[in-house]
Amino acid sequence: MTALVEINNLSKAFGGVHAVEDVSFSVDAGQVYSVIGPNGAGKTTLFNLITGLYTPTSGEVKLNGESTARLQPNQLAERGMCRTFQQMQICMNMTAIENVMLGRHLTLKSNLFTTLFRLPALTRGEKAAREKAAELMEFVGCGEYLDTDASAMSYGALKRLEIARALAAEPKVVLLDEPAAGLNAVETAALEELIRKIAEQGITVMLVEHDMKLVMGISDRLLVLNYGRVLAEGTPEQIRANPDVIAAYLGG
Amino acid sequence: MMASFSQFRLKGLVFLAIVIFALPLFITNPFHYGLATQIALIAGAVVGLNLLVGFAGQISLGHAGFFGMGAYFSALMTSNYGWSAIPALVVGAVGVAIIAWAVGRPILRLKGHYLSMATLAVGFIIAIILNNEREITGGPDGMPVPPFDVFGWELSPFGQYSLFGMEISGDLAWYLFAGVVLLVAVWLAQNLIDSPIGRALRSVHGSEVAASVVGVNTAKYKSLVFVISAVYASVMGALYGHFQGFITPSVASFDFSILLITMVVLGGMGSTIGVIIGAVVLEVLPQVLADFQEMEMVMFGLILMLTMIFMPKGLLPTLTGYLNKRRARSAGGDA
Repeated sequence: MTALVEINNLSKAFGGVHAVEDVSFSVDAGQVYSVIGPNGAGKTTLFNLITGLYTPTSGEVKLNGESTARLQPNQLAERGMCRTFQQMQICMNMTAIENVMLGRHLTLKSNLFTTLFRLPALTRGEKAAREKAAELMEFVGCGEYLDTDASAMSYGALKRLEIARALAAEPKVVLLDEPAAGLNAVETAALEELIRKIAEQGITVMLVEHDMKLVMGISDRLLVLNYGRVLAEGTPEQIRANPDVIAAYLGG
Repeated sequence: MMASFSQFRLKGLVFLAIVIFALPLFITNPFHYGLATQIALIAGAVVGLNLLVGFAGQISLGHAGFFGMGAYFSALMTSNYGWSAIPALVVGAVGVAIIAWAVGRPILRLKGHYLSMATLAVGFIIAIILNNEREITGGPDGMPVPPFDVFGWELSPFGQYSLFGMEISGDLAWYLFAGVVLLVAVWLAQNLIDSPIGRALRSVHGSEVAASVVGVNTAKYKSLVFVISAVYASVMGALYGHFQGFITPSVASFDFSILLITMVVLGGMGSTIGVIIGAVVLEVLPQVLADFQEMEMVMFGLILMLTMIFMPKGLLPTLTGYLNKRRARSAGGDA
């Protein structure tokens, strides 16, 4: 079985700074795979490389066995990869549900003619997209905000909204960049539950996260980065027992 | 809740229709009809520009160029080659679409000030060509445009027509025609905005990164909206030429481009009805201020400045925001 996401000797240098250096790992379908490491370890850079926002200096990323070199983020989305951001990327000029419906973009086939004259084919698709989006907002726990302007929503609700948007694209793999950042203990517990539910649906989840309790509880495997390099890789038990990790990160 | 945005759209359209069709009850003067017709046609172009600026967050400081191209193409084809007005208008719009696509593809990679400069240059080039190709366009002296015609039936501001048994003047007929064109322009624009394509356009404004990671090809949508807004300008330009009966390169001038963008910003970016109000204000205000003579431009500038300082989101969004807040406050007081 080939891995869903395969990273081979991936490096990214910004001038003289090696943000990510010679990183290799692979993620099997259905796993919850977390990337941890101290601030500045290169976690977000790694995610940006995987999702096509950055071009690697060397190395490659394979999605479903296909190299993603030179593919734009929107082409990766077509191939089943979607993500959220540490610095949330929400369209503040739209309502909450429109943001989620934006996630349905690839599944909604529309042409200019049916759009301009608002033909029944369009309204049918829109109605279905809206129902699906409302369902997803309920699923992530921000169902009460349907027609609220995104700009009027709280930080915690927007974080959930972003996850709903990513799920709306029906991805095979979803990358969540620090979903628990800025959330309180109760919200983090709800997030953990949500990530579990996403994984149960067979969606592969890749996670960058600082909250160790969250990460250790839900991950099938972890990758520990330090100064852009792989410090350790393995199951939560292996990582917990790894002396390098304890020294560098867990503050042993 | 489902119908909230649709209801809102319908309200705007109905409101606009009522205003357009009720206006003839209050004005009788041909000069006022002429002004109203001119406003309706320019407002149509502004509604198109708003798709680009207000919804997709891109800018065009050369949009009068497309307006002028539409106007001149129709003028040339109808007066020199004996084309009928509608084929000239359609072929002109297709030509403008192709040019806008070819120009838009490379320049829409630019952002912010750089995009402003590039679109500015496009507008200037078109204006220069219209000014210099004297043998074709008549140069700065301009050229006459035959009346608008449909299947041999001519629409001229100086004609007399009967509509549903009523005798109406050419001015009124043109006004009603322009009003219907504006309503259609608004209806199409609103349909576009409330659709998957519309969301993709707005997401380019809201967050280009977010748009791309859910699969929106942002470059494609930027070009698309640039083309659509250019076609709006071209069609309105063509009608404007027929209505005026005479055009000069000023229809493609830098000043006119700036006027169009000011209408969008003043009325309220991203509000279709708002930008029409912007067009009305900017066309009517100079007429009202004409009494101030030399002080006219000073007053005009002052009013614009104060509006932008106190209503930075534009006229309509600021007013509706204020009303919603008041309504929310009184609702909160009841609870």
